Amino acid sequence: MNIVVCIKQVPDSAEVRINPATNTLIRDGVPTIINPYDMHAVEAGLQIKDLTKGKVTALTMGPPQAEGALREVISMGVDDAVLLSDKAFAGSDTWATAYTLSKAIAKISADIIICGKQAIDGDTAQVGPEIAEFLNIPHIAYIRKIEDVKTNSIRVQRLMDEGYDIVESALPVLLTVVKELNTPRLPSLKGKMAAKKAEIKKFGHQDIGVDEKDTGLKGSPTQVKNIFAPEARTDRKMLHGNIEEQVSQLVEELKRLRCL
Amino acid sequence: MSITVDREKCSGCETCVSACPFTAIEMTMGKAVITEYCQACMACIAACPEGAIKEIPEVQEAQKPQEGKGVWIFAEQREGKVAPVAHELLGAGRILAGQLKTELSAILFGSTQDEAKELVKWGADKVYHCADPIFEKFNDEPYSKLLINLIRDYKPEIVLAGATPIGRSFIPRVAARLRTGLTADCTALEIEKDTGRLMQIRPAFGGNIMATILCPNNRPQIATVRPRVMKKGEYNPDKKGEIISVSAGNLHCRTKVIETVHDTSECRVNLQEADVIVAGGRGLGDAKGFNMLFELAETLNGTVAASRAAVDEGWIQYRHQVGQTGKTVCPKIYIACGISGAVQHLVGMQSSDIIIAINKNPEAPIFNVASYGIAGDLYEIVPMLIKKIKETKGN
Repeated sequence: MNIVVCIKQVPDSAEVRINPATNTLIRDGVPTIINPYDMHAVEAGLQIKDLTKGKVTALTMGPPQAEGALREVISMGVDDAVLLSDKAFAGSDTWATAYTLSKAIAKISADIIICGKQAIDGDTAQVGPEIAEFLNIPHIAYIRKIEDVKTNSIRVQRLMDEGYDIVESALPVLLTVVKELNTPRLPSLKGKMAAKKAEIKKFGHQDIGVDEKDTGLKGSPTQVKNIFAPEARTDRKMLHGNIEEQVSQLVEELKRLRCL
Repeated sequence: MSITVDREKCSGCETCVSACPFTAIEMTMGKAVITEYCQACMACIAACPEGAIKEIPEVQEAQKPQEGKGVWIFAEQREGKVAPVAHELLGAGRILAGQLKTELSAILFGSTQDEAKELVKWGADKVYHCADPIFEKFNDEPYSKLLINLIRDYKPEIVLAGATPIGRSFIPRVAARLRTGLTADCTALEIEKDTGRLMQIRPAFGGNIMATILCPNNRPQIATVRPRVMKKGEYNPDKKGEIISVSAGNLHCRTKVIETVHDTSECRVNLQEADVIVAGGRGLGDAKGFNMLFELAETLNGTVAASRAAVDEGWIQYRHQVGQTGKTVCPKIYIACGISGAVQHLVGMQSSDIIIAINKNPEAPIFNVASYGIAGDLYEIVPMLIKKIKETKGN
C-alpha cells in the first residue's frame, strides 16, 4: 500500500501576537511549524502503513527550508520525502497548489493520499478535494475515524454538522483528517537518526511535467487584491458593582438588545 | 505581476518582514528577499520606508474575462430539508444580482418539489432541481459532477455555496475541474465598481487579517460563504419563479454512505447555526461543570461549545470545540465561561455579534474581545444568570 501524506510548513500561530495599537500581526521571529492538522495526517498514514506493511511518502511544496518539515516527519517514521520547490511555484493559490501537488502525486503513485483538513494560515480546506479532482479519484473530507482498510476499499467516519457519516470508498482515495482522529506519535531515536541521513527528493516544475503557465501566480485564477485589518470591536461596555449587580446589568443589556 | 526589491535602496530595516502577512520576506545578507510564499498582496510596498519594493506588472495582453451571466446559489439539503444557509445565500445573491442587473437562481439536489418552491419564495427567480435519489445522501462525486455539468451548460457569472462541511468538501472539485477561482469562507461579498467583478472578502490567519480576493479572468467566480454572516433574503409567499427539473444523467460514484449517525449528546443545535453559544474552558474544573452550561444554553435556546483545553481534558466531545483546531462560529451571543482566551480560541469566535466573558482572572485576554465582562467565580455567576434570565422570561 502506497500512502502519500501532504504537509505544509506554516507560521506558529501560538507565537503570533496582535499589536493592539494597529490590530495587525506581530510576526517578528515567529517560528514555523508543521500545520497541526497535517501531523494527524502523518499519524494516520503511519498507522495504515503498520497495518498494511505499506510505505509512507511525505510531500510538501514550499521554499527550500520546508525540507525541515520533511525531516521532522521522517523522524516519526515516514519512509520517503519529496520537496516541491521552484520559483515557478511562487504565489500559487489553491487551484495552482492542488494542480502542482497532483502532478507530483501522479509521479509518486499512491493508493491513499492523506491531508490535514486545512492549513491554519489560509484556512481554505480546498487543496485536498481539489487534488482528488485533478487525479480523478474520490475523496472524503473531515475524517474522524478510520474503521477499516482493505486492499481496494476503505471505511471511515466523516464528521458532519449533526453527527457523523460512515462512508466507504474504493481505492485510490484522498482523505482529509481532523484532530479527533488520533494523537501524533513522537519521533523515535531511530527515526531521528534516519531523518539526519535521509535524502530528500527535490522536484521542480519540469520534473513533474507542470507547465509554468499552470502553476504559481500565473496559474492561479484568484488574486489577492488587498489585505486589511479587521474592524476593532466598538461595543465594549463595562459593568459595575458587585457580582449580582453586574449580572443584573448584563440581563438588562441582553433585554435592550432584544436577545431575551 | 510579481514583487521585487531594489537592493540598492533596501536599508535592511526589516519593516517589510513584519508587514508581510504570508512570511514571504526573508533577510539575506542584510537585504530583503521575496520568497515563494509571496501572494503579491503588496502589503510590503506600502510598508517600505525607502520605497525599495515595487511591483512588476506581467507583460501580457489585457485578458477579457470569460463569459458568464447570472448569480447562482447552491441550496444544500440535509435529509431533504433545505439548510438555513441557503436562505442567507439567497439574501446575499439577491443584492449581487440586483447590482449586476441579472437573475438569481438556486440549485437544489435531492429534496422535494415543495422545497424547490420554497426557494422561490425566499428570493430565487429560477430553481434548477434534480430530484434523483442519488442525492439523498451526500457524496462528493455526483454532487460535483452534476454542478459542473450545469455550470458548463448555463455559464453563470457567480456561484455561491455555504461554507459548511458539504459545501467546503465538494465545491473545490467543481472549481478544480472548471479551472476557475474559489474563495473559501467569505464573510462579505461586493461588486467592484466599473469592472463588475466579485470582491470576495474573507478572514485569514483566523480572522486576524482580512483579505479581498478577486478572480479576474476565469468564470464563474465561486465562493463559499460562512453561515450566519449574510442576512437572509426576504420571504415572499406570493413570489413567482420557474422550477426547472434537471435529470442526473449517468453519475459515477465511488463512495457510499453506509450510515448517518446523529449526535446523541444534549447538544442538538449545530454550532455553526446557533444564535447563542455558551462555551466552557479549563476554568470549569471538571466535566460536571458543563451541566450548568447546558442549562444556561437551554434557557437561551442555544448550544454548548468548549475550548481546546476542556476537550483535551476529556470533559466534552471534540465536535464542540471552537477555535483554530475546532470550529469557527459567529453566533449572536457567545458566552465564554472559564475560558482565558488564547489566540487559538479567539480566532474561532471573535466575529460573534456579542461576546460575554466570565472568568475569575480579570487580566484574562478573553476580556479584550468581550462586549461585556464579569470577573468572578463562574459557579456563582452562571447560576445567578440562569435564575435572572428565567425571571425575566417569566415576566
